[in-house]
Amino acid sequence: MQSTADLIFWVFAAMTILPAIVVVFSRNLLYSAFSLLFTLSGVAGLYALLGADFLAVTQVLVYVGGILVLILFGVMFTQKVYDLRAEAMSFKRIRAAGLGVIVFASLVGVVRSVSWPQAAQRTVHPTSTEIGNLLLSKYLLPFEAISVLLLVVLIGAVVVGKKEVEEER
Amino acid sequence: MVGLQHYLILSALLASLGIIAMVSRRNAISILMGVELILNAASLNFVAFSRFGPGGSSTPLLGGQVFGIFIIVLAAAEAAIALAIIIAIYHSRSSINADEMDSLKR
Repeated sequence: MQSTADLIFWVFAAMTILPAIVVVFSRNLLYSAFSLLFTLSGVAGLYALLGADFLAVTQVLVYVGGILVLILFGVMFTQKVYDLRAEAMSFKRIRAAGLGVIVFASLVGVVRSVSWPQAAQRTVHPTSTEIGNLLLSKYLLPFEAISVLLLVVLIGAVVVGKKEVEEER
Repeated sequence: MVGLQHYLILSALLASLGIIAMVSRRNAISILMGVELILNAASLNFVAFSRFGPGGSSTPLLGGQVFGIFIIVLAAAEAAIALAIIIAIYHSRSSINADEMDSLKR
């Protein structure tokens, strides 16, 4: 039983990390965008494995169904077909990889040096009821703030797009 | 036995890849993808801590999952605004390379 869960974890981890490498290092912007699809789906699977069922579904709905489509729209709007290469200077890329390795090494050092609590054997319940209660009681203020933020973003995106149209005339 | 450390190292790897994408890419949309990777890594950390963190076995710690939802909403807002700005810049300059957006320096 336990080894099955471990196997699923490794499958989802590979499904998350390998496409993420393609996202970062691919020369074709469309390949990057489509690899992001697999990374986000892998993270959704990890959420489900961690018992966060509502969050996994939200990830699929909002990230894979919404944000990724927006990013693909952006790629299609702003790149010409012969121009899909996202080039980077090799020297800059080496420096960036060095920075990434340093960040990763220090994070792993922190994770290894702290003695984390043992995993409690927790039974997994459906979480949506409890999350709904929390959102309307303990986290009411952040919930309202983020609602206002979404409204502002909606208006802001329209304004940014509209001004551009008026300037073209 | 997969524990908290596995998830933490996985999300550290994801965040490092996102940092590499943000630093090395010239295309603004690639930089946006790097930001998405980092946000996913942070959210994965929150959820892993809510699963493995201290707390009784009967009362699950759902604060981490609530923060994961907030992060997803923030990512959606950020992607919408960033793409609106990117498309506006593309209309006026017909290029979205980040190192060519230097009109404030002139």
